[in-house]
Amino acid sequence: MTIIEPIRILLYVVGALAFVGVNAAYLVWLERKAAGRFQRRAGPTEVGPAGLLQPVADAIKLMTKQLIVPPGSDELLFRVAPVMVMAPAMMCFATIPFADSIAARNIDVGLLMIFAFGSINVMAVMLGGWSSRNKYAIISAARVVSQNVAYEIPMLLTIITMLMVAGTMNLHEIVRQQEAGFWAWNVFRLASNPLMPVTFIIFFICMLAETNRAPFDMAEAESELVAGAYTEYSGMGFGVFFMGEYANIVIGCAIATALFLGGWGSPVGALPGVWWFLAKMYFLIFSVIWIRWTFPRTQFYGLLNLSWKILIPVSLTTLVLTSIAIKIPRMF
Amino acid sequence: MTEFPFAPAIAAAIFLAFCAITVSGALIAALSKRIIRGVCGLALCCIGLAGLFYFLNSPFLALMEILIYVGAVCVTIVFGIMLAEPEEVIEGESRSAALVWGSCAMLVGAAFFLALSRLSLAHPWLSPTSRADGSVAAIGVALLTTYSMAFEVISLVLLVAILGALVIARTGRSRT
Repeated sequence: MTIIEPIRILLYVVGALAFVGVNAAYLVWLERKAAGRFQRRAGPTEVGPAGLLQPVADAIKLMTKQLIVPPGSDELLFRVAPVMVMAPAMMCFATIPFADSIAARNIDVGLLMIFAFGSINVMAVMLGGWSSRNKYAIISAARVVSQNVAYEIPMLLTIITMLMVAGTMNLHEIVRQQEAGFWAWNVFRLASNPLMPVTFIIFFICMLAETNRAPFDMAEAESELVAGAYTEYSGMGFGVFFMGEYANIVIGCAIATALFLGGWGSPVGALPGVWWFLAKMYFLIFSVIWIRWTFPRTQFYGLLNLSWKILIPVSLTTLVLTSIAIKIPRMF
Repeated sequence: MTEFPFAPAIAAAIFLAFCAITVSGALIAALSKRIIRGVCGLALCCIGLAGLFYFLNSPFLALMEILIYVGAVCVTIVFGIMLAEPEEVIEGESRSAALVWGSCAMLVGAAFFLALSRLSLAHPWLSPTSRADGSVAAIGVALLTTYSMAFEVISLVLLVAILGALVIARTGRSRT
């Protein structure tokens, strides 16, 4: 049965909305459970079996709260900012290849599209912080920009390295190149380029920083800045920011999976691809949570030093070495 | 596969919506009194432009427009505003000065408008014989062959801009 194209896309949009909502709700649950276990306590247990209904209770609580716009703030921008976090994240889901046939659109410049729409996120957090007219929010907004500008450079450099190896920006093509087995995954392709694991690690660190996750959670350093850029948001305004943050984590891990870990490719040949994609993606998401509850927050200067003095030179070096490694065999 | 009903009408409506977004973004950028709203208007205008590029069969340019103009330029401008002036004070201006500057701006704007509209009306527009495929490879080849001169000159401009920024940053540091 074939469904005509516009209706298929509409179905995918609804599906992506549901996926983002469920993920945001249950990643919060997972985060609280994991944090509890890491700290030798139980995490949420009260609502439902093993606290599984806790996200539902949280959602009801958030939605019944009053939305307060602080006096003297720029009301329009204050209300638009959460939407600007959420909408570009939704756009990115259009091109993520969950399996060979499961993607809303097979866009030829899919990788670029994700980074283009991902770059709007900074602007949204900054506008939210600025329009709150709150000291902490403005400090946080300034931090967000310098952090994101610093980490976008090594991230795009690793992406360029990947593009040179893959030779295409189409995410489907990139995954298909890695289909042979786990030795063909980009992170393990040491024969064609011995620097692949380094590239992957830099990408992962930059992804943590771009999604404002601990140890780089300068935007929402709750022990220093109340709640950072989100201080003045109440109820679902805050909830939407939170959902946007988790949606960005899901996108980041999905991209890492597709670029480096072979996407839907199965290492043993069993099970359909989409389950492998989800397994790899959730493993990465779990490591994001793992890192958050293992390492303390870095100092702000340490954060910028890490990017400008270590990550950018290293990623530039890998870029140059990779281009040499690609070019030299072709000269003979 | 059957054609989706009203497909051309929907496409036309989306095209008009992008035109409206571009124009309204530009108007907000030019007319709003708060500078931060002006930047938001600029961002909106760029998103509309990206949509128009997409209609011109060039998704790469559309995404670059968003990545560079919204994601980098607008963010930098907002950052500058935020560091410079958290509380905006609108300065009073004398009426005669406002009249003089206003009429000057009006004259220049009208001259530009007339020149551009005359140019676009007088030019014999030919519809392109073949449609470029707009792929990344085609753009890359064009940049390094047909337009290599422009490409190199732009890189020189960027180099000068970086050097200028360094010079300004240096003197700023020694003064404090």
